[in-house]
Amino acid sequence: MISDGIIKNNPTFVLVLGMCPTLGTTTSAINGMGMGLATTFVLILSNIVISSVAKIIPDKVRIPSYIVIIASFVTILQLLFQAYLPSLYETLGLFIPLIVVNCIVLGRAEAFANKHSVCDSALDGIGTGLGFTIALTVLGCVRELLGSGSFFGLKLIEGDGMLAFILAPGAFIALAYLMVIFRKVTGKKA
Amino acid sequence: MASKSNFTNMVVVLTSICLVCAAILGFVYSVTAEPIRQAEVAKINNAIASVVPEFNNNPSEEVFEVDGAQVYPAKMDTTVVGYAVKIKTSSFGGPMQMMVGFDNAGNIYNTSVISHADTPGLGAKMTDNNIKLRTELVGINPASVNLSVKKDGGDIDAITAATITSRSFLKGVDLAYQVFLKVQSQN
Repeated sequence: MISDGIIKNNPTFVLVLGMCPTLGTTTSAINGMGMGLATTFVLILSNIVISSVAKIIPDKVRIPSYIVIIASFVTILQLLFQAYLPSLYETLGLFIPLIVVNCIVLGRAEAFANKHSVCDSALDGIGTGLGFTIALTVLGCVRELLGSGSFFGLKLIEGDGMLAFILAPGAFIALAYLMVIFRKVTGKKA
Repeated sequence: MASKSNFTNMVVVLTSICLVCAAILGFVYSVTAEPIRQAEVAKINNAIASVVPEFNNNPSEEVFEVDGAQVYPAKMDTTVVGYAVKIKTSSFGGPMQMMVGFDNAGNIYNTSVISHADTPGLGAKMTDNNIKLRTELVGINPASVNLSVKKDGGDIDAITAATITSRSFLKGVDLAYQVFLKVQSQN
């Protein structure tokens, strides 16, 4: 189940969900990794909680209920970051609240967590979260290497690289190439 | 699967979820309030230490306000060695807070960005101490230098692809200098 989230159902390269934070926070490898891990934290917890209470939530209000639960976890995450990891909080800044509307979190809650057991949902959260984190870290590495010539903050060249990769166009280009490579490497699984 | 959606059901479930979430959030907020406050104070003190010459007083305790900016006097024993001015201005992505330190000769000792809402990789580069925008300001006297980006006819190099942020940064430095002049003239 975990490997499903990383390969077969990788949220970034296969499901193509959560593109906004993917493109926005991968300006460097460490930012991508931080965002991925933060989202994974929310994914696992929200999957667990939603799968536990899915049966008592009336059908018509399930989306609002899920959103409240997800938003609470993201706010808790934000407060914890602000208190104990202020430097990471500064770097991720506006993108932390955006985890609430990250389609991956609500998507997994709706497509999986409310139909499966707590254990399975937790594993799905871990798998999807890891898939997302790996995708973001790789994309962040690529963009950081090409765009500023550094690797996890370690400068490898003098001055700037191809700045386009730190900006939006480069994000799309890099993501597209990574998607193609991913599909080729994992074989064409429909 | 999910239960039937009659009116009572929906209201009760939604209300209880909101109440439980609010309670948990309130708890986490109260637990993290103190560490957050301390992190903020530490940030200010670090900013002050990085922008003025060596001091041995506690500038945060002697802070005073001039024109909406906070001025922190840095003293070695009882002699003032410099002033750190905290300026609140706005930049490309939102509000920005910076600390500009001046020594007694009126030169900029150093600058520091406390908080901002700019784009990582672009405007956020202003927090890097090694970029031209920052290093070109160290030790200069604002009275003898044109504090605007070269694009606007000034003497300072902007951050590549982040001109608006660079302009806001220099505007903040200029505001801090005006405050500093006022403080100096009052002494």
